[in-house]
Amino acid sequence: MARLIVLGGGVSGHTAATFAAEWLGSAHEVVVVTPNSKWNWIPSNIWVGVGQMSKEEVTFDLAPVYAKAGITYKQAKAVSINPEGSDSIEKPFVTVEFTDEARLGQSENIEYDYLINATGPKLNFAATPGLGDANGLGEFTVSVCTADHASHAATELEKAIEKMKAGERQKFLIGTGHGMCTCQGAAFEYIFNIEHEVRKAGVRDMADIKWISNESFLGDFGVGGLHMKTMGYAVSSKIFAESLFTERGVEWIIGAHVNKVESGKAHYELLDGTMGEEEFDFSMLIPPFAGVGLKAYDKAGEDITATVFAPNGFMKVDANYAAGSYENWKASDWPSTYQNPTYANMFACGIAFAPPHPISKPMSSPNGTPISPTPPRTGMPSGIIGKAVAHSICDRILKGSEAPLHEASMAHMGAACVASAGKGLFDGTAAAMTIYPVVPDFEKYPGTGRDTDYTFGEIGLAGHWIKHILHHLFIWKAKLKAGWTLIPE
Amino acid sequence: MAGKKEEANIKAYSQNFTTMTPGPFAKWIRTCVVWQAIRFIVINIKMLVVVSKSH
Repeated sequence: MARLIVLGGGVSGHTAATFAAEWLGSAHEVVVVTPNSKWNWIPSNIWVGVGQMSKEEVTFDLAPVYAKAGITYKQAKAVSINPEGSDSIEKPFVTVEFTDEARLGQSENIEYDYLINATGPKLNFAATPGLGDANGLGEFTVSVCTADHASHAATELEKAIEKMKAGERQKFLIGTGHGMCTCQGAAFEYIFNIEHEVRKAGVRDMADIKWISNESFLGDFGVGGLHMKTMGYAVSSKIFAESLFTERGVEWIIGAHVNKVESGKAHYELLDGTMGEEEFDFSMLIPPFAGVGLKAYDKAGEDITATVFAPNGFMKVDANYAAGSYENWKASDWPSTYQNPTYANMFACGIAFAPPHPISKPMSSPNGTPISPTPPRTGMPSGIIGKAVAHSICDRILKGSEAPLHEASMAHMGAACVASAGKGLFDGTAAAMTIYPVVPDFEKYPGTGRDTDYTFGEIGLAGHWIKHILHHLFIWKAKLKAGWTLIPE
Repeated sequence: MAGKKEEANIKAYSQNFTTMTPGPFAKWIRTCVVWQAIRFIVINIKMLVVVSKSH
């Protein structure tokens, strides 16, 4: 019997674990190690953050789902990996620390034959003073990164709306809380949901809503922007985004590294080196991401963390980490099998793998401060990568250790994104977009870097309905209900 | 002569002076249920094509 350990139970880890359990059957063991007791459909956190959904609607308990799938579930956080075993343990193993009440703080070494690292990111609030500390969110801003954070954001938004109803003008500042953030799309969706909610509450004229982000142009979204085919033109996402911001009366600050947050004020540095500050009454700033801080040790107990992980804490995979400057970047730099180059039985997927470099062109201020988006790894790519990695490992377990690996490069993969504003079936709208491929390939698609037959975007009710359907469809799939394997990632 | 409502947010030589802005028809079509039902089918097909090319 072989044992596969999956670290993390988010979109990528959950997809990998559930498909592996389905394909391997009871002859082999799949173990999921995740510190969370619940699964969270993160895209709908935006609706939780404006009070249109409860956190219970976007989460469910993992234990019964894993019991149904025959997956061994450990509510614990991984602390370290020994890919060669140790003096006393022959096989590779992971050291975990339990987070459930019954075994809180206890440790266990779990041996494995194959390992998938799908831990997701550490929300690095501590990177910006005042944004939060090492333990999480600070007192001055809100977040929608987790269901609990979003629920807290909704409470604060409600207070702001009440103040506006009482005649007190409110300033909203939404965006990214550091120069090296990703996930601009989530903040983009949140700002327009706020705009929709304050309009619905009849207090839009009392709200000053402003965007702040590390993008060098509006509509970069961490993918260097995109060109969407519409009305016979290939229109830049810059035009698309600026149009939407203008229509909704939202001002923007771009190329900004938020370097300090204090009560009611954010300090920032711009790409031109100038410093500024922006006051706010309500602010949601996305933190930068980092690896979760896993350590790695060889058989003798020597620290090999730098061999297994990149400096940002994400696991090294089959990417080209020596591509150098932007001019040398190629689509082929991006990983396709997600296998660790040192240990062939270790893989990483979702946000946990180390990208070779950003997608957006890196920029920095004259002061040397890097201000540009880091690459996003959204739900669809994360799910597809998780499934491909699970497929590779299942083949190697069932067909032999030389079975070819499955590939899922973000340079050959598209993504569908739906950013809703509002939740009502007929009073909300959404920007529905597809992008193909996620990583631009300027050799294959000279000019825009993407296939504009499959890269498009439009605003309307249709995309909004799709957002609703996706919410129910993916929670259905994640709960492993009838036909779940037929629902694509 | 009164200005057009949908252009009211544009300020001369401000950051939004160079972008495009939707007119009444573009806004109406976004919430026209019949048209959006058609677009719903079209967008779903487009997304399924992108999904199929990605697996």
